[in-house]
Amino acid sequence: MRRRGWLYALPVVIFAALAAAFFYGLQIDSNTLPSALIDQPAPRFELPPLPGHEPGFSSADLAGHVSLVNTFASWCTPCRAEHPVLQALAATKRVPIYGIDYKDKQDAALAWIAALGNPYTRIGADDGRVGIDWGVYGVPETFVVDRAGRIRYKHVGPLTQADLDRTILPLVAQFEK
Amino acid sequence: MTVAEGTVIVVPAKAETHFSAARASDWWIPAFAGMTKPLVRRIFFGLVLLLAIIAGLSPAQAVRPDEMLADPALEARAREVSRDLRCLVCRNQSIDDSDADLAHDLRVLVRERVTVGDSNEQVIAFVRARYGDFVLLRPPFAIGTALLWGGPLLVLLLGGLVIARFYRRRDEAAPPPLSPEERQRLSALLAEEDGSR
Repeated sequence: MRRRGWLYALPVVIFAALAAAFFYGLQIDSNTLPSALIDQPAPRFELPPLPGHEPGFSSADLAGHVSLVNTFASWCTPCRAEHPVLQALAATKRVPIYGIDYKDKQDAALAWIAALGNPYTRIGADDGRVGIDWGVYGVPETFVVDRAGRIRYKHVGPLTQADLDRTILPLVAQFEK
Repeated sequence: MTVAEGTVIVVPAKAETHFSAARASDWWIPAFAGMTKPLVRRIFFGLVLLLAIIAGLSPAQAVRPDEMLADPALEARAREVSRDLRCLVCRNQSIDDSDADLAHDLRVLVRERVTVGDSNEQVIAFVRARYGDFVLLRPPFAIGTALLWGGPLLVLLLGGLVIARFYRRRDEAAPPPLSPEERQRLSALLAEEDGSR
């Protein structure tokens, strides 16, 4: 049996391999799905405005400059958490932020904007169909769209200042070159 | 394992009482023998009831009546397509099963596409273009999914190898057949034993 001594080490090796695999798996955020639309042209759409915030938002608005497209809704708690970050970004006038008000009630959306401020260059009210064209599966989601109107990056979940500083703004600068 | 003479094996008393309380003969010998005992009967009907409940728990339908198409053939196709599309909110349900808002929107979308004359494949391609492979409940065969699809075959192959190895080793380990001399000696020994009886 001596020549099979390595067999005794096998359970330890298997355990170590499994532990490593599981540890690696823990780092993966399974809530964030890869977007199928990266490097694809942004969908064509024309969204009506929220009353008092005319005009609405259409795909033509995205041409010629780098922009952020942010989906939000008044019923979405993480959007509320994200809102001050968007307000601060809008104040710097670094990059236009376009808003898609996703499956929202008009009154609630207007009250939300009135209470928290409007960081958006334009807002379109979406009943959910344009969201599907953007591959939205929850709010908030934020897209970086390049000058040619292609979707280049998608952020799922509320944006933090760190997300902006580390990822979004460097990408904006890169696509503006 | 062999137990040396004189070793006292202690069996916990509890194990003993537990076993006798269960009346082993009632439980294990013909299933029906125990049916006269109220406890066993109750357990039996409890199990039957449980199975009935499980059988009744087939996935509830999420499709709302107002979503349905008037044309039963188109509706049937829409259902078929819906069953293959993942609800991205609940992840492990199809949009046909899910009550999520997005699933509702996608069901309506699927019915729209079917109505305007898309084939099942075209509808699926339409949704896949927006949500990627993840939306398919039956993932396509690709490098990333090779292990997923090939896994069972791989396990079968590995198991076959292990079994083949086991049999080969067993055959190798089998003692060589007796030589003529050994055979002669054996029959002599056997004859001797028979004679002494």
